[in-house]
Amino acid sequence: MEKQIRKYSFLLFAPVFTAFLLVFIIPFILGIYLSFTEFTTVSDAVFVGLKNYAEVFKNSGDFLNSLWFTVKFAVVSVVSINVFAFLIALALTRNIRGRNLYRTVFFMPNLIGGIVLGYIWQLIINGILYNYGYSILSNANFGFWGLIVLMNWQMIGYMMIIYIAGLQNVPHEQIEAARVDGAGNLRILFKITIPAVMPSITICLFLTLTNAFKLFDQNLALTAGAPARKTEMLALNIYNTFYGRAGAEGIGQAKAVIFSLLVAAIALLQLYLTRRKEYEN
Amino acid sequence: MKKTLISILTCICITLTCFTLAACRAEEAGASVYFLNFKPESAKIYEKIADDYYNETGVKVKVVTAAANTYEQTLKSEIAKKNAPTIFQINGPIGFNTWKKYCADLKDSKLYSYLTDKNLAIKEGDGVYGIPYVIEAYGIIYNKEITDRYFALKSRQTQINSMDEITDYNKLRVVVEDMTKHKKELGIDGVFASTSMLSGEDWRWQTHLMNIPLYYEFIENEKYDDPTVAGLNTADITFKYADKFKNVFDLYINNSTTPKTLLGSKSVADSMAEFALGKAAMVQNGTWGYEQIKGVKGNTVKAENTKFLPIYLGIDGEENQGLCVGTENYLAINKNASAEQQKASLDFLEWLYGSEKGKKYVSEQLGFTTPFNTFSENETPTDPLAKETVKWMNKKDIKTIPWVFTAFPSETFKTELGSLLLGYAQGDVTWDEVKQGAIKHWKSER
Repeated sequence: MEKQIRKYSFLLFAPVFTAFLLVFIIPFILGIYLSFTEFTTVSDAVFVGLKNYAEVFKNSGDFLNSLWFTVKFAVVSVVSINVFAFLIALALTRNIRGRNLYRTVFFMPNLIGGIVLGYIWQLIINGILYNYGYSILSNANFGFWGLIVLMNWQMIGYMMIIYIAGLQNVPHEQIEAARVDGAGNLRILFKITIPAVMPSITICLFLTLTNAFKLFDQNLALTAGAPARKTEMLALNIYNTFYGRAGAEGIGQAKAVIFSLLVAAIALLQLYLTRRKEYEN
Repeated sequence: MKKTLISILTCICITLTCFTLAACRAEEAGASVYFLNFKPESAKIYEKIADDYYNETGVKVKVVTAAANTYEQTLKSEIAKKNAPTIFQINGPIGFNTWKKYCADLKDSKLYSYLTDKNLAIKEGDGVYGIPYVIEAYGIIYNKEITDRYFALKSRQTQINSMDEITDYNKLRVVVEDMTKHKKELGIDGVFASTSMLSGEDWRWQTHLMNIPLYYEFIENEKYDDPTVAGLNTADITFKYADKFKNVFDLYINNSTTPKTLLGSKSVADSMAEFALGKAAMVQNGTWGYEQIKGVKGNTVKAENTKFLPIYLGIDGEENQGLCVGTENYLAINKNASAEQQKASLDFLEWLYGSEKGKKYVSEQLGFTTPFNTFSENETPTDPLAKETVKWMNKKDIKTIPWVFTAFPSETFKTELGSLLLGYAQGDVTWDEVKQGAIKHWKSER
């Protein structure tokens, strides 16, 4: 029987592989190819070699500004989302009344689309800033912190669910044994709980980090990069390059290729670093 | 066992394949004419026109409307498809540059022969590639009821007695500033509706207002007769009239319904609503704005009181300046569509702009003032701003300003200028930085 399955495994594999090929591999290769061309639409590309890449580095000011803004955003949001999500997960794995209700409530913002969330938060933040004679576009810092608040609101619930799943698997015997040995709550947290949920931490860091770099809809809806492109993140910068000027499509595409290499490198580095801390239990 | 396994697997594969294929096939069975519409405000009317045309001729016209500000994006993805749009529109010479490979030559078409002034079309060499279908105008729209109320005030401090006497920037400024002083008596929040600066909502300033100083700059270029052509051939602007631009921009933001720091949160719809509700006396916008004013719930502006005033910047000789009249809407036929499709598309357009029924739709429902000789004088739209445009264009010795912004180098140029203006309004950027920024971005985007 197993032999049979093995023999026909390619058949089982085929549908998934076809889908993956059609919607991921082919567009990805096409995308890389387009970054070496000048094109108006994807079907009329003319090969121009490395010209687009040269162009990216020649006028790299905007791109670097966006990169720096994105990095700042990634650091702050990854830390805050994970810390809050973990704390809430800790609280909601205790025996509190109605904890399932709380879990649902915290998870709900994650079900709303990014564009809608962006507009909702734009209204909320403007509503507050109006009283002081400002709007969210008055200052790039408002946009930055607005984005942080927005992303926390959206992502904490999701990460919390992953942490809860991890926390429920922490072996009780170890905690009890430690307690008998006289370890305090903090010591238990750092020596037993956190090492035990390391796989969850890996996943959550990966999700929040890549998400922070790839962020687009929320950025577009909240500030659209204003004022003066100071709150423009990488993905939005690529989009604006692509549609900003006739003939710049290839440059946008070249930026996109650089961008995907960058995100892949960062994500792999993070996976490598946190995986080392995981242990089998 | 083996057989069952294989049959199950085969079934799964077949179902999946069918699924994928079905998804692909849904797109087919297309209409023979596919019109990618630029104007969201006209979307419903075009649907009706398409229905009517189908009933009359049996030719299906598929109308797809791009959401506001996304026409280029939509066109880019649609035109790469198998059933690409057969009629699309380009926004002028810069747009033609982008879409050159897709524009069919229309010099032998009837539609081109309808053009009253053949120079309006987009041409290259012998070929004609874009045909304008609507002539629009913009300026300062004012509510005569409010200005009349001002001119009737005993406490007013100006010597000017009616809007007709305003023929230059200085007269406009004294009236506006005095109106601001009397805004309580006039029952308004500010003379000008909000200078909308939300991103994507700042085209009235970075495109339309910018048109005027650059027009004056381009006509000084003696090498070219046509200021738009001069603009297209200008590698470096000097932005000579930057301080004149500042004059009127300051006037807008200092006499506004909204504090300067909050302009970044205002949209065009917000400012049109303020005007429609009588909270502001003036707003810079164009003929297309009347539908918007009319559409605001509880609007108080009467049709006979909706008037146009040219935008005066304080440039010598502007007493003879009229409204900014032009077009950024040119129809083009997709060269890559089949010959039948191209013909069907032209037939449809010629029906729309040439037949009695089509013309009725154009003048009464779409509200277009067209550049075609098929329209007689009583077939022009009846909304007050269209009438005002005609009135201004027929005034003696008044020179209308063409839309030279069709020669602006790129979308990025306009967005960058918009964000500089926002920075200036909020006090983060000096005027000199705006000026230098405009010069710099023109150069780098050209």
